[in-house]
Amino acid sequence: MPLVYCGACSHAPGITARAERADTQTRQALQGALQRMGDDIRATRPDAMIVVAAEHFANFFMNNMPAFAIGMADSYEGPIEDEAFLRIKRTTVPGNKALSRKLIERVMQTVDVAYAEEWKFDHGISVPLHFLTPDYDLPIIPANINCQGPPLTPLKRAWAFGEALRAAADALPERIALVATGGISHWPATPDSGKINEKWDREFLARWAANDREALLSYSDAEIYRDGGQGGFEIRTFIAAAAAAKGAKGKIEFCEPVPIFAVSCTVARMQLAA
Amino acid sequence: MSLYQVQKLIYQLNRDPRQRERYAAERDAVLAEYELSDEERRALVAPDIGLLYVLGVNGQLLMHFAALHKIEWTDYLERMRQGLKQHGQVREGVYAATGYEGVESHDARLKKEREAR
Repeated sequence: MPLVYCGACSHAPGITARAERADTQTRQALQGALQRMGDDIRATRPDAMIVVAAEHFANFFMNNMPAFAIGMADSYEGPIEDEAFLRIKRTTVPGNKALSRKLIERVMQTVDVAYAEEWKFDHGISVPLHFLTPDYDLPIIPANINCQGPPLTPLKRAWAFGEALRAAADALPERIALVATGGISHWPATPDSGKINEKWDREFLARWAANDREALLSYSDAEIYRDGGQGGFEIRTFIAAAAAAKGAKGKIEFCEPVPIFAVSCTVARMQLAA
Repeated sequence: MSLYQVQKLIYQLNRDPRQRERYAAERDAVLAEYELSDEERRALVAPDIGLLYVLGVNGQLLMHFAALHKIEWTDYLERMRQGLKQHGQVREGVYAATGYEGVESHDARLKKEREAR
C-alpha cells in the first residue's frame, strides 16, 4: 500500500516535563494539535507507524554509531528517562518484528541501515506517542538518524533514507504511517535552553511545506549550528519525512515558539494523494 | 582528554539500572573501569555539573546525570552558568553556550507580540 500518512512533530521533553510552566493557552493549543494529529493518523487506519526520530543516546553511542537504524522487535520499552522528570509512565509499546524485517530488507537495497532487535525509547519517541497514540495500541517501528554525535548523517543521505522508507512501505501490503520527530532551531540542555530562532524555523518549515528538496538540502552543518544550534541538527528527521512524501506538499498545522519547551512547537502533515 | 570515557560512563548509567545500583554501592570500583583524568573523576564524584558541562559532556547525557542526582531543571541550568563563570567556555563538543536573553524575558516578548496580533 502506498504510505497512508506522513507528518512531523516536536518531541521536546519540556512538553511533558515542564508542561505547567508554559502559557496555558499555548500549551492547550499545542496539545490539541498533537491530539488532532493522532486522530488524523487513526483516520488513515494504519497497521503500523514508523517513527523517524533523533535519538539521544538511549541506544546508540559513539562506540558504534549508526548513520541510520531501524528497530526490529515485537515490543519496545520506554521512556528511558526518569519517569518523574519526563512525567510519562514507563511502558511497553508494541512493535512488529516481521514487518520491520520486511521494511529493513527493502530499505537496505539503497541505504545501509543498521537494525536493532532491542531499542529503548527516549523522549524523541515517547513524548510524541504520549499524545498521538496514548493507548499504545498501534505497532511502532522506530527509526533513527544520527543527529547527535558528529560526524552526523549528511542531509542528502537523510533524504535518501526517507525515499527508501517510502519505497519500502509502498511495496508492502500493510498500511503504514510515518511520523518524523525533532526540533528545528534549539539549544537544549545548555544554559541557552529556551533560545529559539523563530525566523529560521519558519523559513525551514516553508521549505518543508513546499517540499523543496534543493532548498532543504542546502544547509551546511556550520550554518545549522550557527542559526539553529546543535538541536537544529534534528532537521534531518523532517527532511526524511519530506522525501517520504514523494513530492507531496505539506501543511503546517501548528507552529509556536515556546521557550520553556525549548523549541518552536510544531505539528505538520504532508498531504499525500488519497 | 578522555571526554569519551566520561560520556560513556554517563551513557551506561542512564541506560542500565544495574550500573546505577553499582554506582550507588561501589562508586570507586565503577569509576576505575573508565580511563578518567583526575579532573574528570572529581567532577563526576562531586558532582560538578558546571565543570562537566565545560569539559564538553553532551547535554543529552548531562541532563540525565543531573536528574540522577535529583538536580531540578532550573538548578541544572544555573549550575552550567556557574560552570562557565568558574571554568570558562565549553572546551569540546557541540553544546557551547551562545548567549540568550532567558526564558522570562523571551516569554514576555512573545506575549507582547501575540497581543499585538
